[in-house]
Amino acid sequence: MVAFERVTKRYAGVDEPAVRDLTLTVPSGEICVLVGPSGSGKTTTMKMVNRLIEPTSGRITIDGTDVMRLPAVELRRRIGYVIQQVGLFPHLTVADNVAVVPRLLRWSPERVRDRVEELLELVGLEPGRYRGRYPAELSGGERQRVGVARAMAADPSVMLMDEPFGAVDPIRRERLQNEFLRLQRRLGKTVIFVTHDVDEAIKMADRIAILQRSGVLAQYDTADAILSRPASDFVEHFIGADRGLKRLSLRRVGDISLLPPVLVRVGEPRAEARRRLGGGAPVDFALLVDAAERPLGWVHRRELDGDGSVGPELAIPGSPTLEPESTLRDALSTMLGSSVQLGVVVDGGGRVVGILSVDTLSEYLRAPPGAPEGSANRGPESRR
Amino acid sequence: MTDDALVRWDWIVRELDEIARRLGEHVLLTVLAVAIGFGISFALALVIRRRPILHSPVLGVAGVLYAIPSLALFALLIPFTGVQSVLTAEIALVSYTILILVRNIVTGFAGVPQDVLEAADGMGYTPWQRLWRVELPIALPVIVAGLRIATVTTVGLVTVTALIGLGGLGYLIVNIGLARFFFTATLVGTLGAIGLAIAADLGFVALERALTPWARSRRTG
Repeated sequence: MVAFERVTKRYAGVDEPAVRDLTLTVPSGEICVLVGPSGSGKTTTMKMVNRLIEPTSGRITIDGTDVMRLPAVELRRRIGYVIQQVGLFPHLTVADNVAVVPRLLRWSPERVRDRVEELLELVGLEPGRYRGRYPAELSGGERQRVGVARAMAADPSVMLMDEPFGAVDPIRRERLQNEFLRLQRRLGKTVIFVTHDVDEAIKMADRIAILQRSGVLAQYDTADAILSRPASDFVEHFIGADRGLKRLSLRRVGDISLLPPVLVRVGEPRAEARRRLGGGAPVDFALLVDAAERPLGWVHRRELDGDGSVGPELAIPGSPTLEPESTLRDALSTMLGSSVQLGVVVDGGGRVVGILSVDTLSEYLRAPPGAPEGSANRGPESRR
Repeated sequence: MTDDALVRWDWIVRELDEIARRLGEHVLLTVLAVAIGFGISFALALVIRRRPILHSPVLGVAGVLYAIPSLALFALLIPFTGVQSVLTAEIALVSYTILILVRNIVTGFAGVPQDVLEAADGMGYTPWQRLWRVELPIALPVIVAGLRIATVTTVGLVTVTALIGLGGLGYLIVNIGLARFFFTATLVGTLGAIGLAIAADLGFVALERALTPWARSRRTG
């Protein structure tokens, strides 16, 4: 756990403090993203944790220990540090870069070697190919991975990441973000992550701290809560006009409650189908499915007049099928692009699970965050 | 001696031991000057790194020293440190290396990328560890470039120390070649000094290549 208690940082000769009276607690094992416009003090806030910048007043503790009570170098060796320009040591090979902190901690050569191999594998760099290379021989994405491996070398419980994926192209960034989230699910570090990119914050964060001028904390909460209930005009403006859409990308189709469709099986008597549609169901359409409950299309109440059984020819196709793993944002996009704006959600075997309507989505957006439909409303695992 | 032949090979063969001795003295005076000059310059560069405000004054003084003609400097020092004194020679020789070396060492340190320094601090290097294990290795190519120029310059200047009674290849040029109008000795001294300068330069190139394998590797594709 990393806790800021009334932390203020003033730079000599500057009237306005860089960070003013900040109180913030990052629970263990969570990714806290500090986001805000430039001049909001987010990098200053992060660097005060490993004392690259020292607070003017207030206290920062890691698991209860005041960071100012430890010698700075000892503190830093216990905290992982990743920066945007990576800052690999150009004169050291990949293996030696990763080994920096373990060697500063005087690990035995065997232990260092084993750890380097393990870390290179962990970040997806085959040790045999990469161990002996110099940073100048790596691509931007590879360098960033070495940077992450180097930061994790001594297995720190706390990691500071200063726009770590800011210098790579969008495709590589996406991949590095996903890789880091996968790693994080396994390793459970306490991460303080700085970015100016709201989308990256939403993607990476368990909790987002939005800072405004002088490190004033505008809001500190889960992405879902911030997107659905921005605490101020500043936050609302900062997260952008499309916050509804952003919120939709936090959830998957399987996470929210779906409408139960009226199912009509092929071969069923029409009278039976009519009876079910006419009951309490306020809809004019039934969903026609085959014997395995795979959707064929919609059938209107009118088509079910008369006697005999329901045939597959009555089905009106056009509804998109959705998977429980899709994000709500992707589901909405699929539904808006098809002729019938009702999505049929099917499981892995193609069986109907439920119906998703555009109305359901807008209802979801009106509901407060953490409402019952969220099976797990926080943590990266629930979103991917 | 006569000068019927331009180059008297028999003299060279006969005086081979003497030539070798003078060459040895030359090397010693050079090494001493560059080593002491490097030590002083490195210390000055560290001071400048700490207090950048001293950059211009230090280089200014070094520049003035560099501008004094070598012969004049020897002459000026003799009343204080004496003739035929290694001290006299070295004070002058060292003075000439300082401008070049300080400038290159400072430039070398200044060329270490800011992100690398930040990462080094963030990893938990002490300032001293950072200097020796990160900054110095990265600054090395520029520092070695300075050593090359300083050494080549010093090899040339050492020949002048013969005028204040010291040995070195200058002895062959001045005390034998000039004093006795013996061209062969002048030629041997001159070619020796040139050869020594080239050898020292190549030596530094080899040293730099050995110490900075990373500087040669570049991404290919």
